[in-house]
Amino acid sequence: MISDFTLASARAALRARDVSSVELTQHFLGAIEALNPQLNAFITVTGERALAQAAAADAALASGDQGALLGIPLAIKDLFCTEGVRTTAGSRILSPFVPPYESTVTANLLRDGAVFLGKANMDEFAMGSSNATSAFGPVVNPWTRTGDNRPLVPGGSSGGSAAAVAAGLALGATATDTGGSIRQPASFCGIAGIKPTYGRCSRWGVVAFASSLDQAGPVARNVEDCAILLGSMAGYDPKDSTSANIAVPDFAAACRRGVKGLRIGVPREYRSDDMPPEIEAIWQQGLGWLRDAGAEIVDVSLPHTKYGLATYYIVAPAEASSNLARYDGVRFGARSNGEDLTALYENTRADGFGAEVQRRIMIGTYVLSAGYYDAYYIRAQKIRSLILKDFTDVFARVDALVTPTAPSAAFGLGDRLDDPIKMYFNDVFTVPANMAGIPGMSVPAGLDAQGLPLGLQVLGRPFDEETVFAVAQAIEDAAGFVAKPSVRAGG
Amino acid sequence: MAYTIEGNSGSWEVVVGLEVHAQVISKAKLFSGAATAFGAAPNSQVSLVDAAFPGMLPVLNGECVAQAVRTGLGLNAEIHLHSRFDRKNYFYADLPSGYQISQYEHPIVGKGVIEIELADGSTRQIGVTRLHLEQDAGKSLHDQHPTKTFVDLNRSGVALMEIVSEPDIRSPEEAGAYVRKLRSILRYLGTCDGNMEEGSLRADVNVSVRKAGEPYRTRCEIKNVNSIRFVMQAVEVEALRQIKVWEDGGEVVQETRLFDSARGTTRSMRSKEDAHDYRYFPDPDLLPLILDPAWVETLRAALPELPDAKRARFIDAFGLSPYDSGVLVAEQPTAHYFETVAAGRDPKLAANWITGDLFGALNRTSRSIEDSPVSAASLGALLDLISDKTINGKIAKQVFEEMVETGAAPDAIVQARGLRQVVDTSAIDAAVDAVIAANPDKAAEYRSGKDKLFGFFVGQVMKAMAGKGNPALVNDAVKAKLG
Amino acid sequence: MSLDQAAVRRIAKLARIRVADDALPQLAGDLNAILGWIDQLNEVDIDGVTPLTGAAQMTLAWRADMVTDGGDAERVLSNAPDREGQFYAVPKVVE
Repeated sequence: MISDFTLASARAALRARDVSSVELTQHFLGAIEALNPQLNAFITVTGERALAQAAAADAALASGDQGALLGIPLAIKDLFCTEGVRTTAGSRILSPFVPPYESTVTANLLRDGAVFLGKANMDEFAMGSSNATSAFGPVVNPWTRTGDNRPLVPGGSSGGSAAAVAAGLALGATATDTGGSIRQPASFCGIAGIKPTYGRCSRWGVVAFASSLDQAGPVARNVEDCAILLGSMAGYDPKDSTSANIAVPDFAAACRRGVKGLRIGVPREYRSDDMPPEIEAIWQQGLGWLRDAGAEIVDVSLPHTKYGLATYYIVAPAEASSNLARYDGVRFGARSNGEDLTALYENTRADGFGAEVQRRIMIGTYVLSAGYYDAYYIRAQKIRSLILKDFTDVFARVDALVTPTAPSAAFGLGDRLDDPIKMYFNDVFTVPANMAGIPGMSVPAGLDAQGLPLGLQVLGRPFDEETVFAVAQAIEDAAGFVAKPSVRAGG
Repeated sequence: MAYTIEGNSGSWEVVVGLEVHAQVISKAKLFSGAATAFGAAPNSQVSLVDAAFPGMLPVLNGECVAQAVRTGLGLNAEIHLHSRFDRKNYFYADLPSGYQISQYEHPIVGKGVIEIELADGSTRQIGVTRLHLEQDAGKSLHDQHPTKTFVDLNRSGVALMEIVSEPDIRSPEEAGAYVRKLRSILRYLGTCDGNMEEGSLRADVNVSVRKAGEPYRTRCEIKNVNSIRFVMQAVEVEALRQIKVWEDGGEVVQETRLFDSARGTTRSMRSKEDAHDYRYFPDPDLLPLILDPAWVETLRAALPELPDAKRARFIDAFGLSPYDSGVLVAEQPTAHYFETVAAGRDPKLAANWITGDLFGALNRTSRSIEDSPVSAASLGALLDLISDKTINGKIAKQVFEEMVETGAAPDAIVQARGLRQVVDTSAIDAAVDAVIAANPDKAAEYRSGKDKLFGFFVGQVMKAMAGKGNPALVNDAVKAKLG
Repeated sequence: MSLDQAAVRRIAKLARIRVADDALPQLAGDLNAILGWIDQLNEVDIDGVTPLTGAAQMTLAWRADMVTDGGDAERVLSNAPDREGQFYAVPKVVE
C-alpha cells in the first residue's frame, strides 16, 4: 500500500516500475485534500505542477534515469523560495510574494527528480516552537493523547513539514532549523529529522531568520530517508559565502555503519530535576540500546550549555532584526500605505508582522543599539565562543552525544502562548547545536504514557553527519518504533 | 603663512577633515554580478541581491578587494590582512536591505598619508585615517512625480572606497589640493576614475573653527560635495557661518549639512538627523576577510609609478622645476606625453612647449591631452626642426598653430609654406646690405656709438626675409657689416 | 536593564514598527520579561574570550569580477507593490 511506503521503499517501487510517480503523486494529493483541512499542514498545494513533474519523472524512469529522488513527492517548507510558486515564510507580509527564482536546496531536489506537492506551513519567519505564529493559522499535530481528542501542536517552526510527513501527506519534506525547528517538530510528530552542519546546505534562496544559525535539512519517516534527502539537498554553493566547499558523502551508506566501538557522550548538564521522568527513562533506554549495540557510553560535561538558550535569544533576534528590515513594502510583499515613507514602513511592518516576530525584531534592535551592544551582543558572542569550545573539547573524547530532543512531548494547541519564555524552553536541548554549528538529529525512540512520541537527539562533530546517521539508525533499529498517529492517510 | 579668517573677536583657524567616497573601478558590483556602468536604464543593472530579495546572499568581488589594497598601497597605508564586513542598519527607500554592508570596526586599510602641494611651492603631509570598502546606495528621484519618489537601484551595491582623512587640513586651498592629489593617485592606480560629475568621487567635508591653541570645537559635516571648487567654497562658507554663530554668542550644533552651490551657502539636512543609531554588527552572511601577504606583495610589485615618485624623478632626471614637474605629473596621460616628447630631446624645452603652447591649445579647443590635436610624436618632430635649425623658434610657434588647426605634420607645413630658415650667408649679406643702404642715417648713428640701434637692423633684416633668417647668422652679418 | 515605555517607543521607531499607545505597556512587559531572563548571562565569566561571530570556521571566498546578473528590470520589479515605469515608487520624500 502506498501509505506504507517509506521514501526508500517508494524509490525501489518506482525503479521497479511497480508504481508510477503519477500514482504516488495522486495518492498524496488525495491525502492532502482529505486531511489538510484538519491539519493545515500546507499553505499552498501545487497539484497541477506536481502531476506535471510526476509525469516527467515517469518518462525519465521509463528511460532508465536513476535520479536519487526521481518521482518522489515531497513537501517544501514555505521558507524555501520556489520559482513561480508563492512563498510566504508563514507571514502576512510575504503573502503576495512570488519569487522569480528557485532556492539552491529545492533546485538540487528538482535536479534529482523530486516532485513538489506544495508549500508547508510554518511559524512566521521560522520564529516559534509550536507553529502557532503562522499567519495562515496553526498546524495541528496528527497525534493525539490516548483517549483525548484535543488538538496538539506539531512543534515548530517546521510544524507543517513534520505534520505532513507524520500524517502521510508526503514521503519527506524540507525543513529548516535555527534553534531546533527541525528536531523539535520531528520529536513531537514521531518522525526523523536532521539539522546538518552549518554550511552543509546552501542558504541561498531560503528566507533568512538568523543567518549565522539557519540551516536547512530534511524530515522524513526514518533515518535512512533523511540520509537520502540530505544527500540531494546538501552541497557547496558559491552563491552562499558560508557554504562549505566539502564533498557530500554517501549518507545512506553511513546509516549502516553500526556503532560498535563508538564513544557516545552523555552531557550531564542536560539532566535537570524538572525533566519529566518519562523523558529521562527514554533517554536511559536509548543509551542502553547503544551500549548493547557495542558503543561505549561516556559521561561528559558541557558547562556552558545552560546559557545556550538565553544566548540564542540575543544572537537570533539581533540578526533577525537586520534580516527582516528588507520587508518594507517597497520592492515586494504586502504594503500598508502611509502619508509619508516612514509611515508606510511603520504601517507595513505593524500590519505585516505578527506579535512574536515584532517582539523579536524589537529585542534584536535593542540589543544592537548604541550603549547596549557590548552588554548584550558582544557578551552573547563570547558565550557562543565558550559553547563552541565545550563541544570542541568534548568531541576530542567522544564520537557523538545523545540527549533528549525536547523537554516535553507535544502540548496542547494554544498552551504556553501567553508566556514567551516558557515557549522558548522547547528549544533548550536543541539550541546549543545551532550556536556551535554542529549536526544534530532527532529520531523517534518511544511513546510517553499518554501515547505521544518522544525523540532522542544525536549530536556529532562538524561535517560528521555520517556518525550521526549511524548512531540514529542504531537507535531507530532498537526502538522498533511502529506507532502511528491518530490522523493518518490510508490508515 | 597660515590661513586664518579674521572675525570680530580675532582670527580663527579652520579645521577640516574629508571623507571621500570613491567608486571602485570594477565590472561588477561589490557583492553581486550586476554591472556598474554609468547611465543605464533604471533598474536595468540590478540583481536580486541588490534589490534584497528574500534569501539572497552577498558574495564578495575579489577585484574590489584588490582595488582597495592597491589604493591602500598607493597611499602608503597599512594593509590589514584581517578585516571584516559589518552591517550599518537604517531605513531608506534607496537602501533595499535596510542595511549597508560596510567595514566599521576592522577596515581593510589603516593609516596612510597624502602629500599635497600648494601654490606657494610648499608641501604638507595630510594623514589618512583609514580606507574601507562599502556598498553604494540606490538613487531616489524626488522631482519626477507630484506625490511620489522614484527609486532606481542601479547604483545599489556598487563598490565604494571610503577614504577618511585626519583633521589635518587647514584651509580651502589645502582641501582642494587634497582632493586633487587623492584623485590623481586614484587615477594613476586605475582604482577610481575620479569623475566627480558622474558621482564617482564625492566628498563629505567636516569643518570646524577654533582660535589658535584651542582644542577642536564642534564640527559639521557637509554631505556629498561633488566638485573640487565646491569643496573649497563649502569649507570657506561653512567656516564663516560657524564663526558668525560663535561670535554672536551661539553654539555650533553638530549636524549634517548640504552645500547649496547656487546660493553659495550650507543648510541643515534635518531629514538625516533623526535616530542616528546604526546598530553596526558583523554581517553574518559574510566571513572574515583574510588576505595572503604574498598576494598583497604581488599587487605592490605591479603598482605604477605614482605622482610623487614621478615628480621627484622629473626634477632629478630632467632638471625641471618642482612647479613644472607637479603640473606635468598631475595626470598620468600628461606625464606620459611629456616623457614621449622629452625622450632624446631638451626636457626643459619640451616642458615649456607642453605647459605653454600645448595646454593653451587644449584649453582653447576644449580637448584633453588624450585626444590632443598635436600628438606627442608630432610635437617632438617640431622640436627636432628647431634644434636642427630647420626653423627658428618664432616660426615654430606659427607651425604649431597650424598643426593644431589641421593636424598636419610639422615638416609638411614647413615644406608647403616654405618656412625653412635661410642659412645661405650670401642671401643674408644681401639683405643686410639692402637694409643699411636704405637707412644711411641710422647706420651712421650706430657707428657713432648708438649701440641699441643694433636691434633695429636685425629686425629690419628679419622682416625683409619674412622671418626666416637664421637669427644667429643675421646677428653675425649685421655686426660684420656695421662694424 | 529594564525598558520604560519611552524606550520601547524609541526601539519601535528604530525598527519602523508602528505601536499603538495602548499596546505599549503590554509590549514593554513582554520585552522586560525576556530581557530579565537574558540577564542570567551576566553570571558567565567572559574575561579574555574572543567573540564568535558565526558557526562557519572558514574564511571568505571571492568571486571573479564578471557581469553575470542584472539586465532584467522586469524581474526585479515584478513583485513591486507600486511602480512607475521602470522605477519603484514610494510616497514623496522631502530631504
